Order: sequence, then C-alpha cells, then structure tokens
Amino acid sequence: MFSWFGKKSFVPYTKVADFAVHLKDGRIMGSVCKSCGYRTFPPRADCPECMSGDFAFTEYDGKGEVYTFTRTTAAPTGFEDVAPYTVVVVELAPGGRLVGWLGETLDHATVRIGDPVQVVPRIWGEGEEIKLYFTVEAPGTTWHRSPAPHLG
Amino acid sequence: MSRVPQSRVGVIGAGHGVFGRRSDATVQELAFEAFRAAMQDSGIERGVLDASVIAAVPEYHKQRSVAGVVQEYLNLNPRPTWLTEVACASGSAAIRTAWMAIQSGLHEVVAVIGCQKMTEMETAEILALMGRVGEVQWESVFGTTFPGYYAMFAQRHMHEFGTTHEQMIAVAEKNHYYGARNPNALFQKEISREKALASEPVSSPFCVYDCCANADGAACLILASEDRARDLVPAEKIVWLDGVGCATASMSVLRRPDLVGLPSAREAARQAYAQAGVTAQDVQVAEVHDCFTIAEIMAYEDLGFCAKGQGGRFIEDRCSYIGGPVAVNVDGGLKAKGHPIGATGVSMAYEIVHQLRGECGERQVPGARVGLTHNVGGIGQYTFVHVFRKD
Repeated sequence: MFSWFGKKSFVPYTKVADFAVHLKDGRIMGSVCKSCGYRTFPPRADCPECMSGDFAFTEYDGKGEVYTFTRTTAAPTGFEDVAPYTVVVVELAPGGRLVGWLGETLDHATVRIGDPVQVVPRIWGEGEEIKLYFTVEAPGTTWHRSPAPHLG
Repeated sequence: MSRVPQSRVGVIGAGHGVFGRRSDATVQELAFEAFRAAMQDSGIERGVLDASVIAAVPEYHKQRSVAGVVQEYLNLNPRPTWLTEVACASGSAAIRTAWMAIQSGLHEVVAVIGCQKMTEMETAEILALMGRVGEVQWESVFGTTFPGYYAMFAQRHMHEFGTTHEQMIAVAEKNHYYGARNPNALFQKEISREKALASEPVSSPFCVYDCCANADGAACLILASEDRARDLVPAEKIVWLDGVGCATASMSVLRRPDLVGLPSAREAARQAYAQAGVTAQDVQVAEVHDCFTIAEIMAYEDLGFCAKGQGGRFIEDRCSYIGGPVAVNVDGGLKAKGHPIGATGVSMAYEIVHQLRGECGERQVPGARVGLTHNVGGIGQYTFVHVFRKD
C-alpha cells in the first residue's frame, strides 16, 4: 500500500504502510508510542526514545506554517513532467514537519516563510494505480474525507 | 568521549591529479596519477607502505568494488585495503580511518586514495541518482533534489539573517578567482558577479553559478606514525594531523533542529579544535565544503570564523580572501575545482598540506601554520573537520 504514496515510490514496504491507507481516506497520520507516549511526524514504527515497537497512528489536522521552500526548475527522473514545482517544508502546528508541493490556492511568487497554511491530502487524477500526495494550501481550504474507521 | 592520543600522525606526502571531464582515463588510472605524485612528494619507496584506504562512492562506477581494481593498479597487493563511503565526505572518512589504523598501532604507514569517476554514467542515470539524494520514504517522493535542499537552507538563512543572493554569489566569485590560479581545477577562469547572477535558475534562490560541478579526479595522502614520519622524511616536510572531528545529523531535513547550519559541522569542529588544542581564531587557511554557495557561508559560522548569521557579511567584507582573518578555499573550492565526490576530502587535505609547507605560489597564505578541512557528506548527515599543523 505504501507504494501509493508519492508521484514516484522508492520504498513500497514499511511498518507504517497504513499511513497511505489513511491518506487515501483524507487523513494525515503521525505516530504515538504506546509505551512512552512519544509523538512524531512523519510516523515511525519504532520509538527512538524508549525503543518500543508498539505504536498507534494519531491524526494531524494539517494546519501549520511554511518553514522553507524552493521553486525547482531542474527536476530529477520521474518529475520532469511536473517541473517547475515548488517544494515546501511545512512546520505542523503540534510539531513535526512534512514535505509537500505548493498547491493551486497559493502563488510561488508571493508565498513567504511563516505563512499559515493548510496541508491537504490529494489523489493523483484518474489512473490505473493510486498515487497519493499532499499539497500546501491557503488556510481554510477543505477536502473530501472518508468516514473515519478505527485508527491504528 | 575519546582519549587524547599520546603521539601524533603526520602527513609525509600529498599528490593530486587534474580534476575535470577525464574521458581519457579509468578510475584506477586517475588514482595512479595522484598516488604517483604523492609517492614522489614523500620520496619513500613503495615497500614502506603497510596498507591503503580508498575513498569512492560506489554507485557512480561501472566497476563494482572499486577498491580492488585500484589496489591492483597501484601494485599494492597483497597489502590490506578497504573502502570508506559517507557520500561527499568519503575522502575525509578515509583519512580518519587511516589515522585510527596508525594510532591503534596496527599499521605505521598508510596511503589514502580518494578517487571518483563521475562522467561514465549516462545523463539519465545521473538524473535518477539525483532524485534519491534525500530521504526516500517521505521526501524524494516529492522530487526533492540536492540543490533544492541547500536552496531551502538558503531561504531560511535569508529569512532569519537577511543574507542576500548577491552575498552567496560573492562566494562563487572568490572561488573562481582562486580556481583560475589552480592548474588542477576544472574551471580555471574568473567570473563576474553580474553574469553569475544572471545565470539559469536551478532551484530558487540558486542559479547555475551557486552550484558546484561533478568531475572526475583523484588525490592521495601518505600518513605515518610520529616515529616513522620522522624517520622517513625531513622534519620540514611533515604536516601533523592533530585534530580529527566527526559528527552526524539526521538524514531527513524534517528532523533537524534548524536549517541555517549543520549541527554535525558544529560538533565536528568542537571535537577537532579541542583535540588539536586550537581555536577557530588560530586557523589561517581553511578548505570548506562549498557544494553550494550557501554551504560556504554556513561553514564560516559553523566553524566559528564568525557568529551565526554573519556569514554573508563575512564574504561581502572579503574576510575569507588571502589577507583576511582566514583564507578559505584558495584552491577554488568545490565550486571552481570541481567535485569528484570520493576525492574531494583528500583534495582538501592536499591543499592544506601544501599551504602549510608554503608551496602554493601566488595562492600562498603567508606564514600559514594552522589549517583546517571541513568536508560534508550529503546535506550534513556527516561532517568531518580535520585540523592540520606545521611545527
């Protein structure tokens, strides 16, 4: 399932593969250690603090601010068709950061570090395989969410 | 923390080949050029060597297990050898492991060869490799690139300290100024700030002239224990490797404390200064890892040549030119000399050794006695800082 995540997947296998299932349903998930309560984003199966391997997913609301960004003109293999694109690092409000693409509600010429943003889960068009990603949008941008089943 | 060693390790020879698009030579032939030059420089016989350490980043070479073919071509069989790899810092990792081998007493005289052939890959293969520079699970899936990462450091540096793109380009201008005077450099010509600022965009704020270039090339050092160094070469030839610092930071930029410097560089510098018994202000000549212009500005700060945030001003005031408080990358740096990734750390040490021996002609930093190398792997996942001293 984790092969769904990203325009091009490099590691389709991971102990946090259900991240992609949740993302398809419109939820952005970090992890919380069931042993010591350590929370982190991106999620990880193994606690870096207490070394427990017992974790649960925990939902993030996608609110945060622009930490840094760059408009990439020279694209690597697999990304030529979307270049130029703007890679944004978002500092999530509860802590943790993610990499995403600047979406259609913001302009690369005017976006600034520190701007409040909303991270939005996205599904890549209609295709034979599912491709998931996020875009970084203006605050208040809404998206379709599937009903929440059990988490983690 | 590590013990302070009881004796020193000396560099008794250093050699360098020409960096560039070397379509005339295999990787082992490049290695031979540097090895021959280092052996001639030291004046020792091959029989004196106990072992070699080879630095190269394997994924660029058609030849798998490159240490084997280099060791054979240098006619060093059956001596032991091993490969070190920590991306662009592989060369300094080789120097560090040679230092360790000598300090342990296992070997007394060790050749360190950094070599890299980067142009034997197709452009498509290079572009595919470029797409896997970052952390591949969460970051590369968005098309992050090597210039893109340093560009994001640059954006933070501009935001927090008011650093300008013009100050970054001033780094390129300086390094090309000195590269024009280095016969081993890939680009032996000066550039104008105006032309550089107008070059093609790569990843904002960077344009082409903010980025170093891939190259083929090799460099070699001969290291020896204190006793053997004094036996083998005249005292005035020996440059002592008195501080070996090394530290790491997260692979992912998402897990760094800040993006205005490299925590691994700050820690490696602290270790190297403490071990060598010097401070940043004692350093007269430095080779720093200017893979992108902002990287040199951050290096000034991480190494303590100026306060955090003052790096842009430091280059604008020409403090890192010869005649300033510390001369930086007066061989042209990665920017003008080219960056054959496995060779770079050894190439940096080569320049410092020759500077401390006073042999650099019009690029000579007058009276230099303390020199430093700052060699970064990736975007600071690994940094090695080495302090060299001439008695």
